[in-house]
Amino acid sequence: MPGKAPAKMAISTTINGQNYDFLCEPRQSLLEVLRDSLQLTGAKEGCNNGNCGACTVLLDGEPVNSCIVLAVEVQGRELTTIEGIANRGELHPIQQCFLEGAALQCGICTPGFIVAAKALLDKKPNPSEEEIRFALAGNLCRCTGYDKIVRSVQAASERIQAGSTPKQNPQPNQTNQQQAQQQQ
Amino acid sequence: MNGSPISYSDKKYKVLGTRPIRHDGTDKVTGRAIYTNDVHFPDMVHGKILRSPHAHAKILSIDTSAAQALDGVLAVITGEDWPHLKDKIAHLGEGAVNLADLSENCMAIDKALYKGHAIAAVAARNVHIAEEALSLIKVEYETLPSVLWVQDAMQDDAPILHEDLRTDYMGAKGDKPTNIATHLQFEQGDVEAALASADVVIEREFKTATVHQGYIEPHNSIALWNEDGKLKIWTSTQGSFTCRQQVAELLQIPLSRVTVTPCEIGGGFGGKIAVYLEPVAALLSRKCGRPVKMVMQRDEVLEATGPTPGSYMKIKIGATKEGKLVAGDAYLAYDAGAYPGGVIGPGCMCVFSCVELPNARVHGYDVCLNKPKTQAYRAPGATQAAFAFESVMNELADTLCICPLELRLKNAAKEGTRRVDGPIYPRVGLIECLEAAKNSDHWNTPLEGKHRGRGIAAGFWFNIGLKSSVSATVNSDGTVNLLEGSTDIGGTRTSIAMQLAETLGIAAEDVHPKVVDTDSVGYTDVTGGSRTTFATGLAAYEVGLDLRKQLCQRAATLWECDVEDVRFDSGTFVGCDNKKITFRELAEQLPEIGEPVVGRASISKDVSTNGFGVHICDVEVDPETGKVRVLRYTAIQDAGKAIHPSYVEGQLQGGAVQGIGWALNEEYFYRDDATMANASLLDYRMPTCYDLPMIDTIIVEVPNPDHPYGVRGVGETPIVPPPAAVQSAIYHACGARMFKLPMSPPKLWKAISQLS
Ligand code: FES
Ligand code: FES
Repeated sequence: MPGKAPAKMAISTTINGQNYDFLCEPRQSLLEVLRDSLQLTGAKEGCNNGNCGACTVLLDGEPVNSCIVLAVEVQGRELTTIEGIANRGELHPIQQCFLEGAALQCGICTPGFIVAAKALLDKKPNPSEEEIRFALAGNLCRCTGYDKIVRSVQAASERIQAGSTPKQNPQPNQTNQQQAQQQQ
Repeated sequence: MNGSPISYSDKKYKVLGTRPIRHDGTDKVTGRAIYTNDVHFPDMVHGKILRSPHAHAKILSIDTSAAQALDGVLAVITGEDWPHLKDKIAHLGEGAVNLADLSENCMAIDKALYKGHAIAAVAARNVHIAEEALSLIKVEYETLPSVLWVQDAMQDDAPILHEDLRTDYMGAKGDKPTNIATHLQFEQGDVEAALASADVVIEREFKTATVHQGYIEPHNSIALWNEDGKLKIWTSTQGSFTCRQQVAELLQIPLSRVTVTPCEIGGGFGGKIAVYLEPVAALLSRKCGRPVKMVMQRDEVLEATGPTPGSYMKIKIGATKEGKLVAGDAYLAYDAGAYPGGVIGPGCMCVFSCVELPNARVHGYDVCLNKPKTQAYRAPGATQAAFAFESVMNELADTLCICPLELRLKNAAKEGTRRVDGPIYPRVGLIECLEAAKNSDHWNTPLEGKHRGRGIAAGFWFNIGLKSSVSATVNSDGTVNLLEGSTDIGGTRTSIAMQLAETLGIAAEDVHPKVVDTDSVGYTDVTGGSRTTFATGLAAYEVGLDLRKQLCQRAATLWECDVEDVRFDSGTFVGCDNKKITFRELAEQLPEIGEPVVGRASISKDVSTNGFGVHICDVEVDPETGKVRVLRYTAIQDAGKAIHPSYVEGQLQGGAVQGIGWALNEEYFYRDDATMANASLLDYRMPTCYDLPMIDTIIVEVPNPDHPYGVRGVGETPIVPPPAAVQSAIYHACGARMFKLPMSPPKLWKAISQLS
């Protein structure tokens, strides 16, 4: 109902390793503040309802849909957004594998998928295909049919475990059975 | 399993068929790519739209005074603020539109025709104030009876949406008010006689629900109507030029005063061709003198943009006992939504497109009802028709105990086949796709286990040609900048750049493609109709030839010889006495030898070529719940020449999954009061990656004779076969033949329980 805009609150947080202090209204979502107030537009708005995962960020290392987190909830906590995934000019292996594996078409879902995949691989560097699919089930992609996304996360997992980021192509010709066998 | 394409050509290429990293990829994986909603201007304000809560209602009055008075509100508009347009048809590439209807669809004037129809709009300092202002607008409605199903809307006593609408039947107009906008008819041979002579005749009825393209990025636009009378628009669109045309016509201003800058686009599939927000934002901007950004919420996307038709279809086919088709008769009624002009035309052209059928008849109806105006969705109209026809084909195979693949091979459309709507196919690749399916690992691996079944279906879609323009400049470091007007939804910057690179004999990475605004490149039609890699790629090839010619001239200047003595040989210019200079070396010398090298090309093609695909699907049905799990899936398609095989595979996989969603779950679910009950991405259930297996692909390459590199567009065909393939797989898994989409758990469970 219309009325006077609620008073703003002062929030301090850490985003991608930097301290941020901002003012926000209690009704503002984290996504709105990230995008509109802090100009961190990498997290995308797909549904504003917690249903698509395009706005995924890490809150204390856990993936959350920033459109259904209130900005005031991040007081004193630590955030990672897609802008913080690459390491000083070098792409994260997940980003590199998404590129090489053609895991994006329109690309609107891509930041959300990469952040969600990072949360998974940080915890479980060697997930099964089933575990990858489960972990990414909150992220919708309408373009790719997910095949290349899942394969790219598999490729990134291999690369991370190998402890290096060699510039070879992920094998686009593998079936999942072959890949599963290789992992055993 | 995705291997190398199966090629039917012995041409060898350096760049085509390789898998370079896309030019815009790094921006997209780092979150730096700029989509419309990421654009921010100083002084920008936010617009919101008030929408009708009723499916059909007269607007008696609108009182905006309280909204106007709210602190932070800068402008309010209603239908009164729009120029009133006469009927005029505009062609938008994928389908035509009546501008008067389009205008009313952007904002209702005296009647709301569907729940979600725009009634008024406000611009305010932020979205929260704008939302508050909407709640202060008072609208008085007189509700009217509404109609939501195509067959109901065709009845004589149905509520009429447009009092002045008369059925157009082969150019003649009907004489009474109706919801049937168009009645189409195609016919060849003698259907009755052929049916009478057939050994088997199968006739079935089918129904499909309304479904949405479901792109992840909602519609969003920014408009700035400047004090100099120039209107600038930044938007998410499949066609910046058709957007410009629509906005100029709707607002009755000269085309040249409108500049449309297409930002990155987060999916479209046909749903981002018509304008919704652009003219609204423009009018708000004119009123408040500031840039206005508008972003739809997801319920607005589902309720108030263009889904694709629900349909009622009846198919009858006759065949000999050997399985040779002798006749086909199709009746298709598609829902157009609130305004005429749905996708019935292509539906009729596609229904028998995969077979050779000497005797065939198709009747098609375009029907208005109280749902949002339907729009193109990936092979618009073809998926519904293929669901019906291919399902009947599978039933025929089961009836005659013939392998469904053999049945299709026996009847497959090929070079010389005449489609029921007239055209005769040039070289096409359906038989090659069927052969590839027959030889595939998937088809040759027996499916074991309880409640499991396998299905197959074929599909067809056109590639339209239309107009494309590009220009290119040679840089002194041996690279080329390429400007294009085709918005890039799925990686076409790269597939177009690769065709220029191949033509110039340079690397894909050495072409820098850029999608530019409508002031900066020649007219280009929409990214749609499977035309971008095909048609804009053709323009890229031609600009390559132009550059080659100019560079031969420069080499001649350099060598002080006749231009006739210089020839281009895969990346190198060769002169007399076997003088040689590479593209890069020559580029480095260009600043010294004359004016900068700028190339241009534009094409206008009326050819529409043809793409065919075949899908194989294995499912497991849970008879207790009716839930279907897809176990294995293979999409096979003729790509003509796969420019970037990874992105061709991606199109096949993405289309297949959209088709699987359409087959199994997706639908507009309506309450009794004609409002949509599932207007969110939680309840409008699109497939997640947990619902699916890997999607295997096999690319077949039967070169398209109408393209120098043999390219066929691949974007749309892959959504056509899935529903019928899944339907047949379900039948073989549990014995239930489903005639209605979606084949969702409650419906399948019911069908299974009626079996015993
Ligand atoms: S925008 Fe947050 S989940 Fe969709
Ligand atoms: S790439 Fe378009 S939604 Fe995923």
